[in-house]
Amino acid sequence: MPLGLQVAWNPDAIGVENLHQFFVQSSESWAQRYVQNHAPFLEHLPAPLGEFAIMLVCCVIFVAVVPLLPLGLVLAERKVSAHIQDRVGPMRVGPHGILQTLADGVKLIFKEDHIPREGDKFLFVVSPYIIFACSFAVFAAIPFGRSILVSELNIGIFYIMAISSVIVMGVIMAGWASNSKWSLLGAMRSAAQIVSYEIPIGLGILTVVMLMQTLNMQEIVKGQDGIANWLIFRTPFTFIAFFVFFISSIAEVNRTPFDLPEAESELVAGFHTEYSGMRFALFFIAEYANMFAVSAIASTLFLGGWHGIVPAEMLPQSGILGFLLRAVTLGGLLGVVIKTLLLVFVMMWLRWTLPRLRVDQLMSLCWKYFIPISFFNILGVGIWGLIFPKDSLLSIIISIAVIILGLIFTFGVLGKSLSQGPEPPPSSAERRVSATT
Amino acid sequence: MAAPQPESKFIELKPFSDEMIVSMGPQHPSTHGVLRLELKLDGEIVRDAIPHIGYLHRCFEKHSENLNYQQIIPFTDRMDYIAAMNMNWGFCLAVEELLATDEKKFSGVPERGEYLRVLIGELNRIGSHLLSFGTYGMDLGAFTPFLYAFRDREKILLLFEKICGARLTYNYIRVGGVSRDTPPGFIDEVKEFIDYFEPQIDKYNALLTANRIFIERTAKVAVMDTEMAINYGVTGPNLRGAGLQWDLRRDEPYSIYDRFDFDVPVGKDIPELGVVAGDCWNRYKVRMDEMKQSIQIIRQILESGLPNGPIQAEMKAVRPPKGEIFSRSEAPRGELGFYIVSDGTPKPVRLKAKSPCFTALSALQELSRGLMVADIIAIIGSIDIVMGEVDR
Repeated sequence: MPLGLQVAWNPDAIGVENLHQFFVQSSESWAQRYVQNHAPFLEHLPAPLGEFAIMLVCCVIFVAVVPLLPLGLVLAERKVSAHIQDRVGPMRVGPHGILQTLADGVKLIFKEDHIPREGDKFLFVVSPYIIFACSFAVFAAIPFGRSILVSELNIGIFYIMAISSVIVMGVIMAGWASNSKWSLLGAMRSAAQIVSYEIPIGLGILTVVMLMQTLNMQEIVKGQDGIANWLIFRTPFTFIAFFVFFISSIAEVNRTPFDLPEAESELVAGFHTEYSGMRFALFFIAEYANMFAVSAIASTLFLGGWHGIVPAEMLPQSGILGFLLRAVTLGGLLGVVIKTLLLVFVMMWLRWTLPRLRVDQLMSLCWKYFIPISFFNILGVGIWGLIFPKDSLLSIIISIAVIILGLIFTFGVLGKSLSQGPEPPPSSAERRVSATT
Repeated sequence: MAAPQPESKFIELKPFSDEMIVSMGPQHPSTHGVLRLELKLDGEIVRDAIPHIGYLHRCFEKHSENLNYQQIIPFTDRMDYIAAMNMNWGFCLAVEELLATDEKKFSGVPERGEYLRVLIGELNRIGSHLLSFGTYGMDLGAFTPFLYAFRDREKILLLFEKICGARLTYNYIRVGGVSRDTPPGFIDEVKEFIDYFEPQIDKYNALLTANRIFIERTAKVAVMDTEMAINYGVTGPNLRGAGLQWDLRRDEPYSIYDRFDFDVPVGKDIPELGVVAGDCWNRYKVRMDEMKQSIQIIRQILESGLPNGPIQAEMKAVRPPKGEIFSRSEAPRGELGFYIVSDGTPKPVRLKAKSPCFTALSALQELSRGLMVADIIAIIGSIDIVMGEVDR
């Protein structure tokens, strides 16, 4: 009988052992191994409690560190946008303006907390916390290193999908509770958008799961040792899947060119128009945390996670030198962070370059292009798996060759259409003829 | 009278759900001032968009009846504050035409004054179109062109500050000439600016005009064909964007425009991009092309050099003879007309301004029916209105 049912039928069965199973789920958790290898003194405690202590420490570190991420990312966004736009960005608070976000945060704390009189007070208060909590809960299943993760869930990637889908509920609640038509429009756009883009994301993840035969994030990373084993290069189809996944992720976190729910020139601020002070800040922090989270997921699933370009056994596993070498080869904790920040930078870069799509175009992009492409990918990965049941040098060479040929073909076609330019300048004689007077 | 309504892109669904009436503005980032639109929405689809104007009404025309002609000029600054030089110019042209009916009173603007007017007017046109380009990008979600446009417009404003002391409301062009001569080195700085700015336009075209998403958002959106444009009295870049080659500077040259060689860009169908004449993309593109033509005019002025001589016609007082006049000029946003009735006193009996933005705005309701909320923003940006001129 499944554990959950067992507990439901027989409340007496809830013992420490069962709790352990319930929370950890994995047959041998990383915490268990950690206790055995590094902290034998904890073995004096009842077995699950020792692991629980380790996990608690990890949780506390995450809860303390992760909220600091948006602080840096907001500043990064402002600096990136400033330099793209020929400005310098914030310069006054702290050296080179690095404390600007902190100052903004303090300002937001002191602002009036305003709740619309006709709004739904309960939902209005609750929704920022839902969004905030869900954006941070995602981090629980993302591995940042061989033993740097909060929980090694068997169903890690499934859990991430589920938790990040709850965000849309917070968005709708915020839009509805504000009792503002503009907020409601934003919330409705957001609901349609996030629900639609869940599908290509899910299908993109499915290609990874088909190749790795597991939902466990840590296991997925473990199979990607060395750049040739990174899933993005493993088959040509995962290469496509990565881009579909990443673009859909941008839509999922509501950033330009898909930032319709908060389109500032159309809906003023979308679903959080009526929010002020710290509640607004929660939305803001959640947005950046989310951005980091989806980038981290993308780098975990497709770009090798904490495995670097060089296979792990070729590098020293311990010591400062090993740590630095792993970082340089894009592995280890720093490697994950570097890869993730690169993807975050691409998101920022796109945001400050591209205009915004319209609602119907956004939907047609998802339903007419991304979803068929994703299904094609799944089919392709399945066939690939039949042809090459085991990864070999041959399969990797073929895969990379196909990717390169595909890129050359695509950019050849694109380049031809781009080199024609936007418009051949007509001569003035033509213009005179075209005049209708 | 009106052209047939362009066919809605969306399938009409019946029965309708309830229409939601939303007020867009007067405080809204994309209505370009204090325009209020009453939107009747069916989901995202706009069933009707009714513009409500008058939030910036300052009784310019009534005020003018109590002021001397020279005193009215600062008021014209506040009409289209983006292109205040051209507003000054349009008004002065009308008064000068009225004065010229009596040859004893006025013998024409001196050559140097005319050249300075064209130079400043075209610089202001570039500044105005730059702002239009920047805000249009921002309306469609691309924030960066806005700051690029402001960076370059700043250089124009600095030039204006040098020549007349003001950055926005210049009061520079006066009846009979201009108020100040060029400061030392001004001409070189203008040359430096246009040498810098000309390649920038191509960069902006690469950044925004040719952007796939931008084209998707603006191509075939809110098509205003030539017939509809004429019926609504729409002028300027909006009319030219519809495909009609009509520019007062070329077709009814005033001042010294007949001495310069320049093209009049018009909108056209480009099947490769999917754009058709009269859509938002063409209205926008005409402005980008006009900036190049303005640069060409300025280059011709700089090549021939400013003639020496006075900048202001000698006259005792601006006291037009009894009579009435309607005069029009090509402002950046279209044909700016002034109708003046004089009884021979230093103050006009009646003054009426024909605003290009007002007529363009009147077409908004018909243009926006059946489109989406995001398209409304695209239309407002592409017809490029300034509420100061609509409300006066």
